Amino acid sequence: MEIDPFIFRLSIFILSIFIGYYVVWSVTPSLHTPLMSVTNAISSVIIVGAIIAALSSNGDLVFSTSTIYGFLAIILAAINIFGGFLVTQRMLAMYKKKKKDK
Amino acid sequence: MSANLSAILYLISGVLFILALRGLSSPETSRQGNLFGIIGMVIAISVTFLSVGNFTTGFIYVLIFLAIGGGIGALIAYRIPMTAMPELVAGFHSLVGLAAVFVAISAFVNPQAFNLGTPGNIKLASLIEMSIGAAVGAITFSGSVIAFLKLQGIMSGAPITFKGQHLINAIILISIIVLTFYLCSTQSSKLFWILITVSFLIGFLIIIPIGGADMPVVISMLNSYSGWAAAGIGFTLENTALIITGALVGSSGAILSYIMCKGMNRSFFNVILGGFGGTEQSSVSKNKEQRPVKSGNADDAAFLMKNASSVIIVPGYGMAVAQAQHALREMVDTLKKNDIKVSYAIHPVAGRMPGHMNVLLAEANVPYDEVFELEEINNDFANADVAFVIGANDVTNPVAKTDPQSPIYGMPVLDVEKCKSVLFVKRSLSPGYAGIDNDLFYKENTLMLFADAKKMTEDITKNL
Repeated sequence: MEIDPFIFRLSIFILSIFIGYYVVWSVTPSLHTPLMSVTNAISSVIIVGAIIAALSSNGDLVFSTSTIYGFLAIILAAINIFGGFLVTQRMLAMYKKKKKDK
Repeated sequence: MSANLSAILYLISGVLFILALRGLSSPETSRQGNLFGIIGMVIAISVTFLSVGNFTTGFIYVLIFLAIGGGIGALIAYRIPMTAMPELVAGFHSLVGLAAVFVAISAFVNPQAFNLGTPGNIKLASLIEMSIGAAVGAITFSGSVIAFLKLQGIMSGAPITFKGQHLINAIILISIIVLTFYLCSTQSSKLFWILITVSFLIGFLIIIPIGGADMPVVISMLNSYSGWAAAGIGFTLENTALIITGALVGSSGAILSYIMCKGMNRSFFNVILGGFGGTEQSSVSKNKEQRPVKSGNADDAAFLMKNASSVIIVPGYGMAVAQAQHALREMVDTLKKNDIKVSYAIHPVAGRMPGHMNVLLAEANVPYDEVFELEEINNDFANADVAFVIGANDVTNPVAKTDPQSPIYGMPVLDVEKCKSVLFVKRSLSPGYAGIDNDLFYKENTLMLFADAKKMTEDITKNL
């Protein structure tokens, strides 16, 4: 009997939850705010779905009900991707070690 | 591009996202981690373009919209002050949620584009996944909007409760499940829209009864939701990058909520059901009598600190409100010039989001190896000369250790009272958000400094 591909995706999902669990516990508490902003940025990989939706028009019609939702989702996700990664970068650049020469 | 090749590339981008989180285990590796995250995102987006392979007019529009969103995002990222980080994160969560809803709607309206069947005849599994993605996305959106409004101060941070609230919420949650069930059997688009509307409503209702100081839990919880929404859509689109990311973000948010709840010694449900401090508050304020406090000025504080050999600073949300972090750092610099050892003690729930205080101190150029977590530093208070409490309150209240009647009993607190002397910067004697009096105010060795945190810190520096 063949295994439904859904089971494979489910396996990836479950294992990723465990990876997330262990990886996040090892994040130092002082970086919890950057953790939130970077998870924000990466969860915007949902833009993949938005792009597929926006490019789904068949024929010359660029804007239809489904593509408009796609375009809107692209804007939202793009705000998050750029905003999330850049603000994380900005925060992380501020974390400095004590200078030794004191 | 072949389906197998794009699947492998999506997998790679998922792995890069794991590495991005892994990098955050220490500040040195964190910047590299962020870079991995960016590379992962670029791969995911490029692969999508190549596998759709539609480079006509629509593609130009996609690029335009991408640039518009990116421009807005970049602008926000550079202009936002660090004190507004909780609002920003809440706002970003709402966008992820709404994007998930839009993608789900688009997939429902035009399922052929996603290989999910035809309108009115969508594959059952896809429909379930789509409904979950849309519902969780909608909850994330409206919940985050409320959290944002509360954090911005546009909406009162006080919990909004009414009779029968929990019953209504329970009914709505059950109706979401029932709606999903009927949606799957009838494929009716009307039910799909109702499902989304009801989900928006429940997100709103879940967050309004939660008070301002519980925001660390709320933000982490919404962070988790945004991940589960993304994972739901990932299943619909059969996309590994989305599934991996959704799972990572979902568990990350869940862990942060757990840490925050533990920092307050409250169960997750206790926070979610909201209305904290409502009944307990009245019983406590009844037996409140006038007790003497010692108050002092900047001169007294400077004198105490000058004669100390070690000082521990305890920052809280009040420091963020007063934007006192830079003034504080200047004060500490002066102390260090006098050979006084200074360290910072951070309670897990200080501020309005996980790690809030650490970011503010980092912004003020405080080296991160002078900043310690509760467990690391709590034993040092007994050996320190001065504790300087700036904008924190409940997290220092010794009642949590001594009075089993207190609503915050059992919450881990910083042992500030063990210091030889305590300087407490506060505007007035008013209790903290838990509505309980802080015993620390009345201790023999406490000196209250009634002033704005920033102004007081500046004045102390002048007097040092």
